[in-house]
Amino acid sequence: MASAQEKERGTVLSVQGLKKKIGRKWIIQDVSFEVNVGEIFGFLGPNGSGKTTTIRMLTSLIKPTEGRILVCGEDVARHPEQALRHIGSIVENPELYEFMTGWENLAHFARMQAGIAEARIAEVVDIVGMAGRIHDKVKTYSLGMRQRLGIAQALLGKPKLLILDEPTNGLDPLGIKELRAFIRRLAGEGLSLFISSHLLSEIQLMCERVAIIAHGKVIAVGEVNALVSQAETYTLWQLDRPAEGRAQLAADDAVRIVGDDDHRIEESILAGLPDAIVSVTDETAIPGIVANLVSAGIGVKAVQRVSPSLEDLFLGLTEGEGIG
Amino acid sequence: MANLLALVHNEMVKVWKKRRFAVIVLILLILIPVFVYAQMKISQNSQEKFKGDWRAELQTRITDNSRSLGSDRIPEEWKQWRRALVQQLQYYLDHDINPNTPDAVSFTRGFMDNAVTMFIPLMVLAIASDLVSGERSSGTIKMLLTRPVRRWRILLSKLIALTLYVSLIIVTTTALCYLISGLVFGYKGWGAPIFVGFQVSGSNVETASVHAISQAIYLLMQLGLIWFASMTVAILALMVSVLVRSTAASFVTMMAAIIAGAILTNMASSWHSAKYLFNVNLQLTTYLQGTPPPIEGMTLGFSLAVLGVWALAGLVVAFGVFTKQDILH
Repeated sequence: MASAQEKERGTVLSVQGLKKKIGRKWIIQDVSFEVNVGEIFGFLGPNGSGKTTTIRMLTSLIKPTEGRILVCGEDVARHPEQALRHIGSIVENPELYEFMTGWENLAHFARMQAGIAEARIAEVVDIVGMAGRIHDKVKTYSLGMRQRLGIAQALLGKPKLLILDEPTNGLDPLGIKELRAFIRRLAGEGLSLFISSHLLSEIQLMCERVAIIAHGKVIAVGEVNALVSQAETYTLWQLDRPAEGRAQLAADDAVRIVGDDDHRIEESILAGLPDAIVSVTDETAIPGIVANLVSAGIGVKAVQRVSPSLEDLFLGLTEGEGIG
Repeated sequence: MANLLALVHNEMVKVWKKRRFAVIVLILLILIPVFVYAQMKISQNSQEKFKGDWRAELQTRITDNSRSLGSDRIPEEWKQWRRALVQQLQYYLDHDINPNTPDAVSFTRGFMDNAVTMFIPLMVLAIASDLVSGERSSGTIKMLLTRPVRRWRILLSKLIALTLYVSLIIVTTTALCYLISGLVFGYKGWGAPIFVGFQVSGSNVETASVHAISQAIYLLMQLGLIWFASMTVAILALMVSVLVRSTAASFVTMMAAIIAGAILTNMASSWHSAKYLFNVNLQLTTYLQGTPPPIEGMTLGFSLAVLGVWALAGLVVAFGVFTKQDILH
């Protein structure tokens, strides 16, 4: 059913057997995936796994050693002029000409593609909400504003695919929230987005489908939720008498206590939860367990579920190989 | 597919907005008055000494130079150069023409002669060395090369913009030189005659093909030759800018080559194969003056050919590398 639906929507980006050798080393060993029209596609992998190298190949900054990249059916290596017309991108940081104003930067990139009139520049400035500062020099912009200007630049040529490389890097929480809403809005208007990240939570919040890359190889492509469910979800218990509670939980068949060294929950999550007992617990058994704890005189302060981290997901997918 | 004119427009705007050209004009506005002042002092001295009699002044120069020819302490190359100079000055005296009329055009001519080996290349490098490495060190090359434009067109637009700026630098230098020195020496001298066509062969100067032209024509010929030499420097700097990621490294590399050339010109008369280096061939205007070349056997045609071959090779390397290289960082 999914494949029939995909065919109906059409493919905007098709990456087939991509490989890249730099020096004697194969930096990218095997990358294949397809991005459908109108979807937000995640590209997930730890730092150094080959995300940026792959993105550089998608945008013709690097030539693949083997494999093909088709954008709307056009081969990037053979017909860069036709293929790149459909792509807007920010590779790593949004680096623009600091000695020019935002508007002058947009005018510069508008001149590089036929058919972008001044009205279109004003339009993209509006879309990213920068009308107030657009005539200031870029060197006076904050990172968030540079990010927006970068996106404005990427949208100039009305692309079918927008490629954003770690777009939330360096943004504050509010900026990240705004960016997510903005990305959803763009996707709602029929644009396809390709977003790389090293944070699973980020991809979970934004993307429908994801390709997971490790050591230069794509190890899984699919629906985000389906992939995440392959890894175990943790249940955290906060009890008023942790020691006794732990003993009682350990005695329960539906609960498996996970030691401190054996789970890979992000430290930032645990920092706010002192004395939390980490476990893998059968969801249906939880109400019963709570009742048992209470009847034993142990107060339940909180029970919560925590999604697996990227590391957990990797372990699930590669069966113990890890990110390394 | 954007048209080339729009791409050239982009490159012109970027150099302009970086205020590279403004800095060049500023340097000229400071330096030229310094030289004008120095020239004014020299003129005042000789005015006191010779009371405006240029023939007496010329005769003294001829006598001084001739006398030094007899000295054993002066190296043979210097003697050759002085012998040629003496013959030239004598020719001017015989034809009753003042080779150094005190006017703005003469000053400009002299300034440009001295500027061709160091000063003008320096200004050219201020723009050329940054063209590609500047985009790489700022990271903007990633935006530039992910647009639907073929790489050779982007480099070509940079080359055309560079050519325009080189021309602008030479014209601006000449104009400022004329305008500033004219305040002191007067804005005349376009029609004053000057001799060209001295042929240096060994220690002898052939005067068979010598003829007089106006200083205006002379200056025009001079500017053409300076433009050619400057374009060679510009193209090689563009090539280094493609090969090296940092602007500073790219600038220093080219500046070292230029300075090495200037030093070699003064000491390489016995190392004959040095004449195939681009940097000892930059002083094309010496052929116009008719002074002996730095290395025996060099002629105007030879120097033009050497510079042309270097420039062509530079273009091949620059385009070859730029269109193929992976942008990794």
